[in-house]
Parts: sequence; C-alpha cells; structure tokens
Amino acid sequence: MQNIETTVELPAAPSFGARLSGNIKAFLDGDVFYSFKRSPVTIIAFVVTMILFFCAIFAPWVAPYDTYNIAGLNLMDAFRPPAWVAGGDATFLLGTDDQGRDVLSAIIFGLRISLMVGFLGVLIAAVVGTILGLISGYFGGWIDALIMRIADVQLTFPAILIALMIDGIAGAVLGRAAHAESKLAVLVIAIAASLWVNFARTVRGSTLVEKNKEYVQAARVIGIHPILIMYRHVLPNVMGPVLVIATLSLAIAIITEATLSFLGVGVPVTNPSLGTLIRIGNDFLFSGEWWMTIFPGVALVILVLAVNLLGDWLRDALNPKLR
Amino acid sequence: MADKRPVLDVRNLRVEFPTRRGTLTAVDDVSFQVGEGEVLGVVGESGAGKSITGTAIIRLLEPPGRIAGGEVWLDGERIDNLTAEQMRRVRGKRIGMVFQDPLTSLNPLYTVGRQLTETIMTHQELTETQARKHAIDLLGEVGIPAADVRIDQYPHQFSGGMRQRVVIALALCVNPRMIIADEPTTALDVSIQAQIIKLLKRLCEEHGAAVMLITHDMGVIAETADRVAVMYAGRIAEIGPVAEVIRNAKHPYTEGLMGSIPVVGHDLARLTQIEGSMPRLTEIPTGCAFHPRCPKRFGRCDKQRPELMQAGASRAACWLHDTAHAEAAE
Amino acid sequence: MSAPPILQVDGLSKAFDVSAPILRRLLHGEGRTYLRAVDGVSFEIPKGKTVSLVGESGCGKSTVARLVVGLYTPTEGKVVFDGHDMAQVQGRAEMAKLRRRFQMIFQDPYASLNPRWRVLDIIAEPIRAHGLMSDDTAIARRVGELLEQVRLSAKDGEKFPHEFSGGQRQRISIARALASNPEFLVCDEPTSALDVSVQAQILNLMKDLQTELGLSYLFISHDLAVVYHISDYLGVMYLGRLVEVGPAREIFRDPQHPYTRMLLDAIPDLEMTGKKRIPVAGEVPSPIAPPPGCHFHPRCPFANERCRTETPLPVHIGERDVRCHAVEEGRLEAEVAAAKAKAPAAVA
Repeated sequence: MQNIETTVELPAAPSFGARLSGNIKAFLDGDVFYSFKRSPVTIIAFVVTMILFFCAIFAPWVAPYDTYNIAGLNLMDAFRPPAWVAGGDATFLLGTDDQGRDVLSAIIFGLRISLMVGFLGVLIAAVVGTILGLISGYFGGWIDALIMRIADVQLTFPAILIALMIDGIAGAVLGRAAHAESKLAVLVIAIAASLWVNFARTVRGSTLVEKNKEYVQAARVIGIHPILIMYRHVLPNVMGPVLVIATLSLAIAIITEATLSFLGVGVPVTNPSLGTLIRIGNDFLFSGEWWMTIFPGVALVILVLAVNLLGDWLRDALNPKLR
Repeated sequence: MADKRPVLDVRNLRVEFPTRRGTLTAVDDVSFQVGEGEVLGVVGESGAGKSITGTAIIRLLEPPGRIAGGEVWLDGERIDNLTAEQMRRVRGKRIGMVFQDPLTSLNPLYTVGRQLTETIMTHQELTETQARKHAIDLLGEVGIPAADVRIDQYPHQFSGGMRQRVVIALALCVNPRMIIADEPTTALDVSIQAQIIKLLKRLCEEHGAAVMLITHDMGVIAETADRVAVMYAGRIAEIGPVAEVIRNAKHPYTEGLMGSIPVVGHDLARLTQIEGSMPRLTEIPTGCAFHPRCPKRFGRCDKQRPELMQAGASRAACWLHDTAHAEAAE
Repeated sequence: MSAPPILQVDGLSKAFDVSAPILRRLLHGEGRTYLRAVDGVSFEIPKGKTVSLVGESGCGKSTVARLVVGLYTPTEGKVVFDGHDMAQVQGRAEMAKLRRRFQMIFQDPYASLNPRWRVLDIIAEPIRAHGLMSDDTAIARRVGELLEQVRLSAKDGEKFPHEFSGGQRQRISIARALASNPEFLVCDEPTSALDVSVQAQILNLMKDLQTELGLSYLFISHDLAVVYHISDYLGVMYLGRLVEVGPAREIFRDPQHPYTRMLLDAIPDLEMTGKKRIPVAGEVPSPIAPPPGCHFHPRCPFANERCRTETPLPVHIGERDVRCHAVEEGRLEAEVAAAKAKAPAAVA
C-alpha cells in the first residue's frame, strides 16, 4: 500500500541518539523484556546478581573493612562468631577469621576476585571460541575438521586437570616467585581453556545454519569479502546463543575457580577469592568456627544460582521455538 | 445435497488468539456445510484463516488459539463441545486428516504397516492378520506398487509422493465420514501433485467421504472440488459451485485473485494486480475487510460489514450484491 | 539473436562430493560418491530477454543459477558473461567490475534479508561494496529512489525487515539487486514463496523493470504458468540435463520431449476444459544414481532399448534443441497420439 505515495520525500537520517532511544523503546516493547517481566524468579535472580556485581565492583567502598590492609588487622579480634551469636560483636556482622579479618568484608573482596577471574575466563573463552567456531563453520573442510578434533580432545580433559597442568607448567617455567604473581593469570587461562569448546561448537552450528541462508549468499553474490561476511552478517546473528552460553559459563567459571582455589591451585591466601575463603574456613570447621566457611559458601551458592537462573531464562527467551 | 443432512455443518465458527497485545480474531463467523461424497475446497492466501478453520474443526488448534463461538456438527452430532477424550476418538474414527508434510503425519520409528494395522485395530474388531491384509489392500488402492513388500518399510524409505499416499491410506483406513486435507499437494512436485489430487478425489467418491480440501492453489481446487469457499481475512468472501466461482466470480477479491493467476495460453502483458496485501490480524479494516484494496468500493463498504448474500448461483459477502443497493442504483 | 548474448553457458556441469566420512569409507571400502547435479547444460541469454529454467525438485535448476553467479565453481564447462569467461577473470578488481553487472534474487524473502540490518543498509550494501558512492546522504537518496522504483516508500529504509510482509520483502530484495545498476538478474524461484495476488505484483514489477532498465533475466521456477507469463526462452531440466530448450511460446504450443509433454499435462486445468492427457506415472529418481541412458526412460511410456542404454544428444528442430531418441527417430508423434486415444478423458 506504500506505492500510493507520490511525492518524493527523503527521510532525514535520524541522529544516533534517536536511533538508540528507538532501539531501547523497541527492546522495552519486545518479547525478551516481556518474558522477563512475566518471570518473578528471573527478576529476583537479576536483582540479586546486580547487587552482588555492585558489591564486587565497589568493594573498597561497600565493605566495612579493608581486608588487604594487614596493618588494620587486630589478632585480638580473631575467631569472633557472627553478631547474633553469644560472644559476637556488632562491628563484625558475620564474625571474623583466624587473622581477625571481618568475614563479611572478606566475602565482598572475595566476590570481586571470583567474579573477575570468572569474567576474564569467560571473555577469553567466548572470543576465542566464537572466532574458531565462525572459521570452522564458515570455511568447513580440513580447517573445520582440525578445530573440531582439537575441541574433542579438549573436552576429554576436565577443567581441573587442565588447570593443574597449566599451573604445573607455569610453575616450572616461571619459577616460584613469578609464579605466585601469575597465579591469577593461570587461573583465567585454565578456565578459558576449559570453556572455549562450548562456544566454538555452538557458534559453528549456528554458522552452518546462517551461512546457507540466502542473505549470506546475497552478500557473496555482491562480492563481499568472506571475513567481512562473517563479521557483519553471520556474527550478529549467532550472538544470541553466545550470550546464553556466556552467562551459563560464568556460573561454571566461578565454580571452577572456587574448586581450584579450594584445592590450593587457585589464588593465593593473601588475595583470597570465595573458594580460598571456603578452604581456609574448612580448616576450622571442626573446631567450631563454622561461620568462616559457611558464609563464603552461601555467598558462592547464591551467586552461582542467580547467574544460572538468568542464563536459563535467557536461553528460553532467545529461543524462538519455545516462545 | 440440500435435501440431505450434511456430513459436516459449521455454524458461525469464531476462533480467537488471545495475545498480550489484545485478542486476535483469526476466523470470524464462518459457516459452511459439506455433503456426502462432496469435495468442498477452501481457498485463500496466507493469513486468510483457512488452515485455522480446519484445525479448529478437529480441535487441534495451537494454544493459545481457542474456539470463541459457533458450532460444529458432524453427522447431526455436535462435536465442538465434546471432551478432549471423546474428540480424540472422533478424530481417529470419523474424521481423517491429510496434512501438507507427510513426514509429520507418520511416526519415523514404526513401519508403515504397523501404523496402519494399529489404527485399523483400534477402531475395528479385526485380528492382526485381517488388519494387515486390509492394510495391504489399502496400500494397493492408493497406488503403492508391491504393497505386500513395502508395508514392512519405514516412512523414510518412501519418496515424498509415496509417503503422501501412505498418509491418505492412513486417513481412509477406518472409513471416516469426513476427510480434512490441508495443503495435501503443496510439498510435492507438479507431476506428482496431479496424481495425488486424482487419487484423493477418486477414493473419497468410492468411500463416500465428505472432503474439506484446504489449499492456496486455485488449480488444485479447479481439478478437485465441487464447491469452493474463498476466504479473506478470517471470513468467507464467496462460496459457490466451483465452475461458477472460477469463471464468474462475484466478489471483487475472487475476481482479482483469479486475474492474478497466470494461465498457460493467456498472453497478457500484465497480470491483474490487487494492490497491497492481506491485512494483518491486528489491523483488520472496519466494514468489509477487503475495502481498502477493492477497486469497486463505494459508500457503505468501509462502515458496514457485508454478510454472505445470494449472487447468482454463489453467495458473496459484498454489498454489490445487496438487492436493496441494486434497486437504489437503478 | 543477432546481438551478442549477455550470458552464454557452455557444457556446464557440477558434481557435488556426497561421500561418506573418510573413516566410514575406509572401513567399508567405499569409494567417493558424487552427485552430478548439473550435467552438460548449454544455453544462452540474449540481451534484454528472459530465459527460464523449469523442472521438478532435484533437477539442478537452482544449481545452474548458483553456478552462473559464481556461488559454486563449475566442475566442467564455462560461464561467459558479456564475452568474459568467468573462470579466466584475473584478480579481485576485474571480478568486482563484472560482479557489479549481475545480481541475484532469492526464493525465500524471509531468509534473504539480514534480520539485524535496517532496509537502508541492506540496499546500500552493494553500493558501498562496489564503492559506487561514498557520501551517506547520496547513498540515502539513491536507496530512496530504489525503494520507489520497486513501489515502496523512501521512508521504509529506516525499518527492519520483520516489519514487512513477504511481498514487500521481495521488493526490498529486488531493490538491493538493482542497487549496483546491473544488466542481468538471476531470479531463483522469486515468487514461489508468495501468495498468488502478491506473485502477480512481483511478476508485473519484474516485467516493468525489464522494460524500464533493459534487464536480462535468468528465471528459475517450477511453475509453468508463471514461466509462460514471463519467459522469452525456456529450458526444461530433468535430473541435471537440459532435455528441451527453445523459444518459450513454441515449446508451450508444441512440446517435443516426453517429459515436457508430461509437465505441461500436469498443469492444473484452471479452465476446466477436460482435455485429454497422457497418464502421468512415477517419480523423480535419486540424482545420486540416475538411470543410465536417457534419465527419463523409467517414467517414459515411449522408451525402448536404445533409451535405456544410450544418452541422447541434442537434436535441432528449428530454434529448438531436444534430447530424445524418439524425437530423433521421428517415432514419437504417432506413439503419443496412440497413447492419448487410449487415455480416459480427464475429470472435468
């Protein structure tokens, strides 16, 4: 019915701002946001995640004490139970550890380390996995076979084993002193190494579907370079699944980090993550100082659960077949 | 057929889809009858509501779709208010179905023979050997060569056309009173379409079943149907004998539709073109839903909705055929 | 056909490797399996004309279209576009110059537009890719013109594909194809996903554009009525081979190859004349292992021993090429007449 239009009226190119606000409006009006509004569990998970992220990012301002400041610690405060237990002190809400550190503050700083390691690990895994998946799916042939066989081999090693291996190699190559500083990097690389396969496989699958769609063929007929086709046409259309896997992987990454730290391969005691806190606390569990391990554990469970619920919802919301 | 009781009698059927942006009416006040041994073609473009009419009759509407009004009568019995369990039996025994994609109608894990004999034995008192013999006969009847061998094969071992024949055999195996065929030939190649259409028509005549043939293809209708209902935006625009509707369309939409079909042997520089496209369900125009695209619209078309009225041998929902209007024009 | 043709296709073949995975081949001692989708196809498209290829699914017509635009590389034979053998073109720059001059329109309007791009960017892609314009205002103006050329509104450029109906999307596809000012369009079933009334709009538009811009079309379709309406020349394909090719009107008036006759007979009779037909039998065999000799012989009522063993070569009849032993031997007409006399009249 548009063809009744007779006057040539060229659209004024809308400003970037107008386009952006249009996009936001479209999002708020869209199905994804609608399904979000309809799921109270998701809203709670989202709020909890946001609070935890906020605490982690602004830890120095949120936490009651600076646990990195060793001078600020007082051994007199050690082993205080939570505030509501007899012998507790209102200034240490969740009690203190063997060094006199405030457990709540330690958790908040630990959250920061856990999330940072998780984020970096997932980010590297996502970038590497997506690129390899795109190449594998788009070009096919021997390069596809090569990448996918490497992925298969990778899958047979559990993340822990990879981490132990990388840790061992890093220890041998770098020497003890440097190794202690590189612990975080080792952890991030280990997590990325165990997670990239998921991204690569999913992206490869989606790429195989997208590359046979006619809009990709149209771009090929026009003569667009394959790299540009992958970047401009295929990539934006496979990002949905990547986002879902990234969210679910974040939960896995945090757990992996906690496991590794619990085993002692992870971050050093001077810079404790949630997993390290749980390990330290674990030593005191049987002597009655349960709060040192329980509270970091609860924090870990809440964080992983919230992120996982968000990931599950995202997967359903972005899957057109389930809507 | 007028003196006999119709096999299928649909009265003022209305199907709604409640969505978060309001309730959409996909089928609106649709009434028609199909008599014994008769083939009623239901034709329309995508979004006209023809398939939804079919699935509403057999109560297989995809949620959140629901029948919001009207009645469906099969052989003098009302079936739109049956329980799900009663309806399941009606579907198995008294209404057979043939869908566009034969693969979805067949279970890939069972042999064709097992699916046929199970269906036969559920609805008829036959031993397995008898049922199997009946199944082989049926497969032969739908034109599958070496039926006694092929009965033990799986659906994937059949070609598209042969699969559709199996589906037809499956639909006919319990001697249903009514067959609803939704785009039965659309997925098939042209040379096979003709075979399937002929088969469907012949078998329904022999078995005395009434057929509701849903398709977008006027050619299929012309070859098969006795009467045809043309649907537009959820309503019947025109219904009448097939020759009359094709050669002498009464509704401007049917006229445009017929003109837009290219025909071998007709040398035209341009095809007749109906401007615009079928309205979305969210924005169905007031009055006659076709009026914004209608070359013959006049005063009342955008305000009052026309009901089906007699127009020659057909009935058309168009104010052009309102006798009062005709008198006024004179 | 005095002017040089815009496109010449000569002995074109394409075999796809459909072998089992290497491990399976080794274990079962299987060799490689090839699907000969296109087998020695030759035709040419005169400037400003429409050549259609028809056939049933699996006949290789879409593969020909993709070979012509370079989405596949031919196994044998060549594609010559306006005098340039496409396989001999040296360098990306030379190729880009030729690529600008032909474009393709696809079947599925729901898959042929990137869902995440605005219409403006979709149509502008060829303009930008070929560096035809660089100024954004000029590009927007050109896209507006193109949208109006396909009878949409210039304002539609700001929308996303999902805001349009199937017919409107196909117009956007056409606008994109026209963006680089091509002379030749390959149209792969451009209307078969559309409703008839929308199909009429698109066919009319394509005819109008052909007159306005002097375009040549290679039109792929399975719908003979559509082909009759749009084509100047017609090629009928069966299992990778072109069995009959020539002026469209002639073929429709007087089909030669038994397969062409069968296809024409299978067209639903909208005028309900109850004409006599040769009974249609059988289905298309698997293209992986096509029947020897003439591929059509298992379905052909007029096949003899020679048809079962010897591949027919093209026979010239006037402007037409037919691949059929019975036509070559001159025995077909009499046999067809005899078959029709026996056949029952079609149900009217």
